[in-house]
Amino acid sequence: MASSTHVTFPNKFLPYLLLAPQLAITIVFFYWPASQAIRQSVLREDPFGLSTQFVGLGNFKRILSDPNYLNSLQVTVVFSIATAVIAMGFALLFAVMADKVVRGKGIYRTLMIWPYAVAPAIAGMLWLFLFNPSMGTFAYMIRSAGYNWDPLLNSNQAMLLVVAAAAWKQISYNFLFFVAGLQSIPKSLIEAAAIDGAGETKRFWTIIFPLLAPTTFFLLVVNTVYAFFDTFGIIHAVTGGGPGKATETLVYKVYNDGFVNLILGDSAAQSVILMVIVIGLTAIQFRYVERKVHYG
Amino acid sequence: MTFRGTSLSLAFGFILASSTSSFAVTEISWWHAMTGANNEVVETLSKEFNESQSEYKVVPVFKGTYPETLNAGIAAFRAKQAPHIMQVFDAGTGVMMGAEGAIKPVADILSMGDTKFDKSLYLPGIVAYYSKPDGTMLSFPYNSSSPILYYNKDIFKKAGLDENNPPKTWPEVWEAAKKIKTSGAAKCGYTSTWLTWIHTENFAAWNNISYGTNENGIAGTDVELKINAPLYVKHFQELADLAKDGTFRYGGRTSEAKPLFLSGECGIFTESSGGLGDVVKSGMNYGTGQLPYDPEAKGAPQNTTPGGASLWVFAGKSDAEYKGVAAFFTFLSRTDIQARLHQVSGYLPVTLAAYEETKKSGFYDKNPAREIPIKQMMGKAPTENSKGVRLPNLPQVRDIENEEFENMLSGKQTAQQALDNAVKRGNAAIKQANGQ
Repeated sequence: MASSTHVTFPNKFLPYLLLAPQLAITIVFFYWPASQAIRQSVLREDPFGLSTQFVGLGNFKRILSDPNYLNSLQVTVVFSIATAVIAMGFALLFAVMADKVVRGKGIYRTLMIWPYAVAPAIAGMLWLFLFNPSMGTFAYMIRSAGYNWDPLLNSNQAMLLVVAAAAWKQISYNFLFFVAGLQSIPKSLIEAAAIDGAGETKRFWTIIFPLLAPTTFFLLVVNTVYAFFDTFGIIHAVTGGGPGKATETLVYKVYNDGFVNLILGDSAAQSVILMVIVIGLTAIQFRYVERKVHYG
Repeated sequence: MTFRGTSLSLAFGFILASSTSSFAVTEISWWHAMTGANNEVVETLSKEFNESQSEYKVVPVFKGTYPETLNAGIAAFRAKQAPHIMQVFDAGTGVMMGAEGAIKPVADILSMGDTKFDKSLYLPGIVAYYSKPDGTMLSFPYNSSSPILYYNKDIFKKAGLDENNPPKTWPEVWEAAKKIKTSGAAKCGYTSTWLTWIHTENFAAWNNISYGTNENGIAGTDVELKINAPLYVKHFQELADLAKDGTFRYGGRTSEAKPLFLSGECGIFTESSGGLGDVVKSGMNYGTGQLPYDPEAKGAPQNTTPGGASLWVFAGKSDAEYKGVAAFFTFLSRTDIQARLHQVSGYLPVTLAAYEETKKSGFYDKNPAREIPIKQMMGKAPTENSKGVRLPNLPQVRDIENEEFENMLSGKQTAQQALDNAVKRGNAAIKQANGQ
């Protein structure tokens, strides 16, 4: 289409001026803090910053040989996969269902999108109020039914709770994109398949699902990043990383080591590792996977 | 499980609001971690101080839980935006003591005020905990408390227990808890806040056994933990066994177990004496008793240690501001204020005069619960096991203990394993904090 026409500015200065606000934000909110983190990661400092010592890669060595760090890596992988799969699975199901609704489509969609407006910490509190074993309404019902619901001590239940809260919040976002994706699939294709005798399930898996691939891939990356980073508020409010270290994700550990245990060097080194992970994820997205996805 | 997220944003709102108010008077910012009934006390005290004079204005700002308040203060100090006064919980004392350049000893500040500072006016046990080994008082003991036993009299009656005779030892607590559970008087027999503070730190002092070397860290920062000694192991194994059928209910790492007692789900409860305000507010038919001890321990009960928090003053402020802080602390030390603070909040009075006055007024005859923590703390001269616990990273060590306790209560490990792990991990963390 318009790929060959390249808009150029005659003025050499203007493009930089137009980019300046974005650059300023990136420098202030990304480059500057990132450089601080890298600096801190090779230092050893007391909490108040009164004495500082250069330790090279000492902090990294200690973290990578710490079994708690490896445990937290494992927790993060389990948590992220579970959250992404559940959030995307339900969103796709709801989107396909909402697509079939004839009357009141708008209302259904609006209602489905609402939870996205809830801040992670609030979502966490909401789930906590419902499922906290000492005061939660649902927790009370589950316990009355004879099931020993105690996410304070049972690590699987704690994980289930944070995954549910994190996925619940993300379903709306995914739903929105899946609805848009479904709308862009030509109706004629589906009708043609129906005339050829393909059933509903077959139509979904052979036509709709493959054509949704770009959306699905985009959401996969977004959901992974969400599960890695944006769920801090939920974990903080619901489990605080417990019981034991059962729900301590990498981001939560950065917070815990830095702000609770006041070991700034270790915390900074961990955030540098996280930064490398994100850079890696983004590289995979652009260099490798994006090329293989079929864009309709 | 906390309200951290919301409280942070609330606190942020407060800062915005307070920074726009009048600049005519010298403002003294006071960051604190008090919620519920105790937050009202903070607000009232500040208001009264501000109305009592016109030179200074104390602005209290709620900063979240105790650890959050400490972190907020440290972050603010690094950003050169430190408040004047910060409330730091007992476990943070070691952290603050290690930061000599960042704080100004309260002893220095109080000598700047109009009245002369006399350390002997304050309760010796409390002041000793907040002083350097050489005796310099570093922080102002605002709210000192000690753990005591609470019980629900209605549940005791229903279970056929003597409602006027609370259990005195841990075995008696276990018996009573089992009876509450089996009789169906309540769903759970016993619960407790702060397992670390009550069941390890105070357990050590009250039973006169060592928590760690170097007088539990009071004499020096180089400490090896001793909390896997047989008496601890026995105690925690008993707790873990009771947790299996729900006779003991775990509520969380800090004060989260409180609703379990207030809602009548659990019959017996160990918690800070500072929690009394909320128990009274709930309107329940409650009784109190001394913290239970282990009858197998020699010399038990010894004495409990001060918990709660003290007020630290940051370095680098102007003399006028320090004078304001001194005026505020002098106001807080006034006998009538201390006596009321003690009677309303359940925290200990920090001056001897306030204790004497409360005693004279006959307050304890009507409210015996308020005298329990004082008697617990002052009953016997402290030994090297019972002066309190001070570590350069006590919050972190408590976290390690909590993690191991949770894995024990869920049945993943025995008490012996949990405590051995806690000692091993705790010792390594202390070494790292000491820069070794």
